[in-house]
Order: sequence, then C-alpha cells, then structure tokens
Amino acid sequence: MERQIRKLGMALLALFLIAFVQINYIQVFAADRIANDPANAQRQLIAEYKIDRGSILAADGTTVLASSRKSPGALRFQRRYPHAELYAHETGFYSFVFGRSELEQSYNAFLTGDAAELLPQTLTDLILGRPKQGATIVTTLVPQIQEAAAAAAAAESGNVAIAAIDPSTGDVLALVSEPSYDPNLLASQDPKVVRDAWDELNADPEKPLLSRASDELFPPGSTFKLVTASAALENGFGPESLWPNPNELDLPLTDATIQNFGGGTCSGGSQITMADALRQSCNVVFGGIGLALGPEKLAEEARKYGFTAEAGEELVPFDIPWTSGVFPAPETFEGRDPAVAVSAIGQQDVAANPLQMALVGAAIANGGVEMQPRLVTEARDPSGRVIATFDPKEFSRPLSPANAAALTQMMIGVVEGGTGTAAQIPGVTVAGKTGTAQHGEGANPHAWFVCFAPAEAPQIAVAVIVLDGGSLGSEATGGQVAAPIARSVLEAALGV
Amino acid sequence: MSRAAAPKSRTSAPKSRTSLAPSVAFTILALILSVGAYVIAGFGKRGQLPATSALYVTIFAAGYAGALLVTRVFAPRADPALFPTAAVLVGLGFAMIFRLSGGLAAEQATWIVVGLIAYALTLIVVRDARMLDAYTYTIGLLGLLLLLLPVAPGIGQTINGARLWVQIGPVGFQPAEIGKVLIVIFLASYLNQKRELLQVATSRFGPFRLPPVKHLAPVLLAWGASLAILFLQKDLGASLLYFGIFVVMLWVATGRAAYLVIGLILFVVGAYAGWLLFDHVQLRVDIWLHALDPAKVFAQGYGQLAQAQFGMASGGIVGTGLGQGSPGLIPFAATDFIFAAIGEELGLLGTTAVLLLVLVLVGKGLRVGLRAPDGFSTLLAVGLSTLIALQAFVIVGGVTRIIPLTGVTLPFVSYGGSSLISNFVLLGLLVRVSSGPLAPRERSARLGLVERVDT
Repeated sequence: MERQIRKLGMALLALFLIAFVQINYIQVFAADRIANDPANAQRQLIAEYKIDRGSILAADGTTVLASSRKSPGALRFQRRYPHAELYAHETGFYSFVFGRSELEQSYNAFLTGDAAELLPQTLTDLILGRPKQGATIVTTLVPQIQEAAAAAAAAESGNVAIAAIDPSTGDVLALVSEPSYDPNLLASQDPKVVRDAWDELNADPEKPLLSRASDELFPPGSTFKLVTASAALENGFGPESLWPNPNELDLPLTDATIQNFGGGTCSGGSQITMADALRQSCNVVFGGIGLALGPEKLAEEARKYGFTAEAGEELVPFDIPWTSGVFPAPETFEGRDPAVAVSAIGQQDVAANPLQMALVGAAIANGGVEMQPRLVTEARDPSGRVIATFDPKEFSRPLSPANAAALTQMMIGVVEGGTGTAAQIPGVTVAGKTGTAQHGEGANPHAWFVCFAPAEAPQIAVAVIVLDGGSLGSEATGGQVAAPIARSVLEAALGV
Repeated sequence: MSRAAAPKSRTSAPKSRTSLAPSVAFTILALILSVGAYVIAGFGKRGQLPATSALYVTIFAAGYAGALLVTRVFAPRADPALFPTAAVLVGLGFAMIFRLSGGLAAEQATWIVVGLIAYALTLIVVRDARMLDAYTYTIGLLGLLLLLLPVAPGIGQTINGARLWVQIGPVGFQPAEIGKVLIVIFLASYLNQKRELLQVATSRFGPFRLPPVKHLAPVLLAWGASLAILFLQKDLGASLLYFGIFVVMLWVATGRAAYLVIGLILFVVGAYAGWLLFDHVQLRVDIWLHALDPAKVFAQGYGQLAQAQFGMASGGIVGTGLGQGSPGLIPFAATDFIFAAIGEELGLLGTTAVLLLVLVLVGKGLRVGLRAPDGFSTLLAVGLSTLIALQAFVIVGGVTRIIPLTGVTLPFVSYGGSSLISNFVLLGLLVRVSSGPLAPRERSARLGLVERVDT
C-alpha cells in the first residue's frame, strides 16, 4: 500500500496547489478587479466610511463646505455640510445608500486619500494605526459671491439659476440653482432617513437634486445674439456694418415671420448697425444676420464657445458633470432656412444654461480667450501641505482680441442705453446682454441676463436665468427681471 | 517512485515514549496563536481587550493542557505535531467566529470543550486501534444508520435545502458528521479483510486489469449509496465526499488503478445524472459559473458566492486585519464560508496558512498510515486523512469557485458542534494509530509523565 499512499499524498498536494493558485488569483492578480466590482459597493462604502474623509473648502481656504467628524454610529465618520443647501449642487452628497455625486464623486480619490500624492501620509497613518485621512480640496467658490447670488435668487419669487466666472482663470466664483436640497439628509447614517429624503427629493416636481445652473438646458433667447454677433465679427462684419431693419423678417419657404419683441420696428431707420441692433436686441436684424452667415459659420462659432451638436455631450471639461449648450450640426439645417434665422436669436434648436452663457460672457471679457471652467484649485494633505494644484487651462479662442473689444463696446451699449439698463452700477462700466426666451405655447418666457464687469478690466462674468419670467410672469423681460439679480452678484464681487 | 514493487518493509513504531519537549512546545505555540488571534480580533472589533478574554483564555489553556496530558498518558508515542496542528486551526476558526459574533463564539467555545473531551475519551477508550477492527459490520451499520437518520420522518429537519439535521427534543445535530468517521472505520476494516480478493485481476479493461465482476459489486454498492444520499438528502457535497473516500481507500488497499478509472467514470455519470435530474444541482453549477455576472450577482444564491469573492479580493495579500473588514456581508461566514471570511481579514497569508495547516495535518496523517504496523491501521489513517483533505478541498474549492459550491464545513475551523466533535474524534483516532496500542505496562505507569518506559 506504500506506493499508493505516496501517490495519494502527491495527488492531494496537487489539489491543494490548485487551491493555492486560485486564492492567489482571487486575492492578488484579480483582487482589484473583483474588489472594485460595482456589486461590491457596500463593502467599498463600509471601508470608505472608516476614512477621515477630506474637507471641501471655499476659495478663501477657511470656509468649510463639507467635512467629516467622528460618529458614534455604526459607520466611523459622518459627513457634514455646514451650509446645507447653499453649496449642495457643487459639493454633491456623500450617501451610504446612494453613493456620491458632484465633487464628492469626482475628487473621491483625493478625499479618501487614495490619490498617489497622499501615499506617504497614508503609510504613516497605517503604521501608527491612525484612521486613514483624506486630502482637503480647495474650491474656487467665493462665499461672499455665492451668498449674494443665493440671496438675490431667493428674493425673486421664481426659480433662479446663476453662474459667475472669473474670466481670466475660468474660476467658478458662484454657482447657484434654486430650489436646492440639504445634502446632510442624504449623508445620514439612518438608511430610512436617507431613503425618505431621496424619495421626497425625486418626487419634487421642481427637481431640487438637479442644478439648473449647469445640468439642465433652456433656450438662451437673445443672449445667444452674443454668439451670432461673434460669428458676424469673425466673418468680417464690423459693429458698424449696416443691416436691413424691416418691421418683420419673412422666413423663406414659409409663411412664418420673425418679429421684434413687442412687435414694433427697431429705431434707427431702414438700415441699422449691428451694434444698434444688439443694443435694442432686434430679432428681425439678427435673424437676417443668421441667414446671411448660414448654419456652418454659426455652428462653427457656437462650437468654439463650447456648444455641442447633441445634448448630453460635454465639449468643455469641468470638475463636476455638466451639460454643455447645444447648437445643432449645420447639416441638420439643410432645407430648413427658417430654423437658421430662429436659431440665430437663440430659439428653437439652440439650448444653454447659465454656466454655458457665463462662459460666453467670460470669453468676450477675456479678450476672446475662453478659459475652461475650474472648480478646484488645489488639494492639501491633512497637515496643510499642497499636494496637487490644478492650473487654469485655455479652452478656445472664439474671438480675436479686436473683435472681443468691439463686442464688449456693443455690450456696454446694451447696459448704458439699451435693454439692460437695470444692470447699471454707478462708477462701474458693465457690459451685458438681455434675453427673453420663449419656450412653448402659453408658457411664460425665461428671463436671461449675461454680463461682465468692470468692462475695461473684467473680474467677473455672470449669467442669470429666471425661469418662466419669475415674479413678472408673461410680462417679464431679461432686462427687468434677470438684470437686477446679475447686478447684485456683480456688486458683491466688486465690493461696491 | 520506482516502478518495481516496493518491499513490504515498514518502519515499526518506536518502542519508547517520544520526547516531551516537541509536543509541549507545539501545544504552547498553538495556544499562543489561538489566544493571540482571538485577542487581536477583540481589539479589531471593539478597540479593547474583550470582556470574555479571561474565560476564553482559560478554556483554551486548560483544554489544550488537558489534551496534552491525556495524549502523553494514553498515547505516549503519538506524533507530537498532530494535535497542535489541529489546535491552531481550531483557534484560528474560533477567532474568526468571535469576530463575526460573540454569541456564536460562546457556543463554539462550548463545542471546543466537548470536542476536547471527545478527543480524550477516544484516546482513553480506544486503547488499540485494532479493537475497532473487530466490529466491522456493527460500525458499518451504525454509520449507515447515522447517515440516513435525517431522512427519518419526525426527527429529520431540512435546513438550507439539505436534509442533514436531526432534532430530538431541544438537541439538534448532524448525525452524518460522526457517521463519516464510522464509515471510514468500516471501510478500513472491510477493505483490509477483502484486500486479497479485490486485488485479483482476471479480465482486462483497456490497459487496466480488472477483478472478477462479482468483486466489483462493492464499488457499485458504494456508488449507489452515494447517489441515494444525493437523492434522499439533496446533499451533493457529502455524496461526492463519501464516494471519493471509498474509491481512494479501495485503490490504496488494492493498488488496482482500474478502480480509480471506474470510480471516475461512475462519478461523472452520477454527477451528470444529478445535474439532469435536480434543479438545485443545475442552480449550483450556474451559480458557480456566473457568480459575478452583473445580471445575476444580486439574485438568490449567487450573492453569497459573489460576496465571498469580494471578501477575499478585498482582503488582498495581508487582509484588512481581524475586526477591520466586513465579513459579516458574507452569508454563512462562520460555517461554509469561513475560508472567505479568513481571506478577507487575514488575506492571502491567512488562507495560505489554513491550506498549509490542513496539508500538514493530512501529510502527517498519511505518514501515520505509512508507519502503522497493520493493514487496518494503515487504511484507517489514510481514510481519515483523505476525509479531512477532500472535505477541506470541497469547501475551499467551492468558496473559491474551483468547483461548484457544496455546503460542508472546513474541518476544525468552521462553526458547528457536530462537525467539531467528529473532527476531534477523528483526530483522536489518528493520534491513537500514530502512537500504537497502549501496552499494559504503560497503563500501570501512566502517571509517570517524565521517565521513559521501555517495553
């Protein structure tokens, strides 16, 4: 029997070797892939909640937008959002049940301390048996501007969304959308509280979880004339170029016409300059400019500003998920000349949100150079040492410096003596453009305002949308409803 | 290994008591590992020394010391590593169980005490392994009865889809656990008696020489019995285990490779038939193949195997540390899936240690078989070792997706009274065979722990 026993020993050894190979596969070679399986989210989260997750700070480096503190509950740390609704759309939420969103998601590697830059710190924590500490990230949001924007939005009875950008860096100084939500509810350690809050937020017809400032799309209306004017300037038509100024624009192939807001004729004679047309926001003239330029040139210019051909694409990179503006591909206009004219005045096929329009304003303000929007400037390790910086990046150059200066002058005209006089600030030159966007039969128009100041050396570009006309309803215009809100944001930023 | 027939030379059992030092050293090491793992688990779980530590440390210290004492007195020439190896597995399992649930740990501690007593009783009662050889059919019938007991109406219980439990009054147990050991004793005795007959080869089957057809009957009988277990109790794992042990022991006893080949063919036929006939077998196979399939991962049955993979993968090489992972997410983490729980918190190092410890135990057991003075003892040691090895492989392979999962315990490690007590009885028998019969003169000198007794 001796021989069989020895063979049996070898066979059993072989069986255990197979098992050894398999555990090496599971625990070493395929370990990361298996452990990171989406179905393993629960274990990943439990492990994650053992980490002293890094804070999210405002641009001043002291105002805390999100932080962690020790919790007596089953999970070791509890996420807190001291300002509740105010920064919810930027920080996002950190929920045991529903995962992460916005900065909590996109900077998760830094916040949990998994980023390579944090390795020395993590190893020290491991050796000393301390809870792993994540990195702190510093955002571009300026509390004083964010608070002013939120206050101005709250003072208007309608829903308001606001984006404010530093034109030279692309820094997002404020991003406000109301209604917002309290991310503390979703960060609760009580799954029932979280689920109830989640169900309630999702059932809310006003969709507070979505940021209207960057996630949703609306017709930009006349604010889009900035893009149409840019296309005209880049194609050789100066601010003083003369355009026909009829009572209404007959659209080719149809009985339809484009009329000016209120139905009248813009003043200045049978032909007026593009600058004058922008000042008065003449739909008839800009529809004509759009037809004269054609869809290729309009689309090309819109693309330079970051508008995509299809909704849902993201042409301009941003630190949190967002939706770029939309201007359809030129071939979609084939045989639809009227649509070109209507799109040139920001209706029908064109869509945008405050962040997209603030980018347009910022590019004009920045001498024609569009900077990528930036929400995070740096990451610091728990001792405060900067471990990563995120520098401003140029996105595109939709305008030459000369044309940017020309368009700025045209926009100053809007605020000084056109549709946007409500945005005037004593002692500060403001450049702006109004918009009153129709959207659907019977619905009150969205009121828009896009502006920057001071016009000579712009520090801030702001875009505001007041949904469905706000307090003025069907009578609302961008100049009446949106411009005063934009002005309060400018004032807060400029300290006047 | 040379092809020439090896001479039937066998090193005879040593005539004197083995040195005390190794067994004491190994036992102390086992105690340190067991208690250490438990204390670390306590710290990992609550950040402090567990409140129950004095109790459990006393249980382990007294239990292991008592077992050592009984071994020295009643099995003076025992292999010094057998008990400590099993003791480390028990300690590691206990630490893991404690980490999962204080309540289960309290029960397991009770089972450990009962198991150690069963171990001691086995050594005290079975003075000579050959005593068992006298009751071939009594033991065989008793074993069969225990295997089939759960099928009996009234007392049998179906738990988790398999009919393995017997409930008499407040006491529930799995009679098949001790039944397995009895069946191995029966097979060792039976095969030892029929060896010569079963070795005769009269016909050829391809390159293999076959015994007369009438001697093949036992193989078919065992195959039928295994299938019966599968059919009646729906216990795939046990069914494979019995058949595997039977075929291996038959082959070891006769040296006829034909038995292995026939056994393998019958196994494949049986497994395929089982797959065709039973939904739950088909489900097991599908779970095995698609445990991580995103479409199925949350479905009933798939999730537990997926969680085991996630746990082991999250553990990586060094593990999360005892008390630091989330093995509670793995269903049945204390019983069938304890290997995955160890993999999560102790990592590849922990799972490798378990495999090595089982391998040492099995290797030692086979060595005991090689050195045993008679055919019965040899077959008994080999059968018991094979039982440990195959059972460990069936559950480790199932948990790691080498083979479809069938629920059996990981010997000495898993939570469970029936399993732990039977394993300790099994260990006692191995230690008995390794030490050889207790001579009458030794009995009179059994209290002389230190002086050597020459026989």
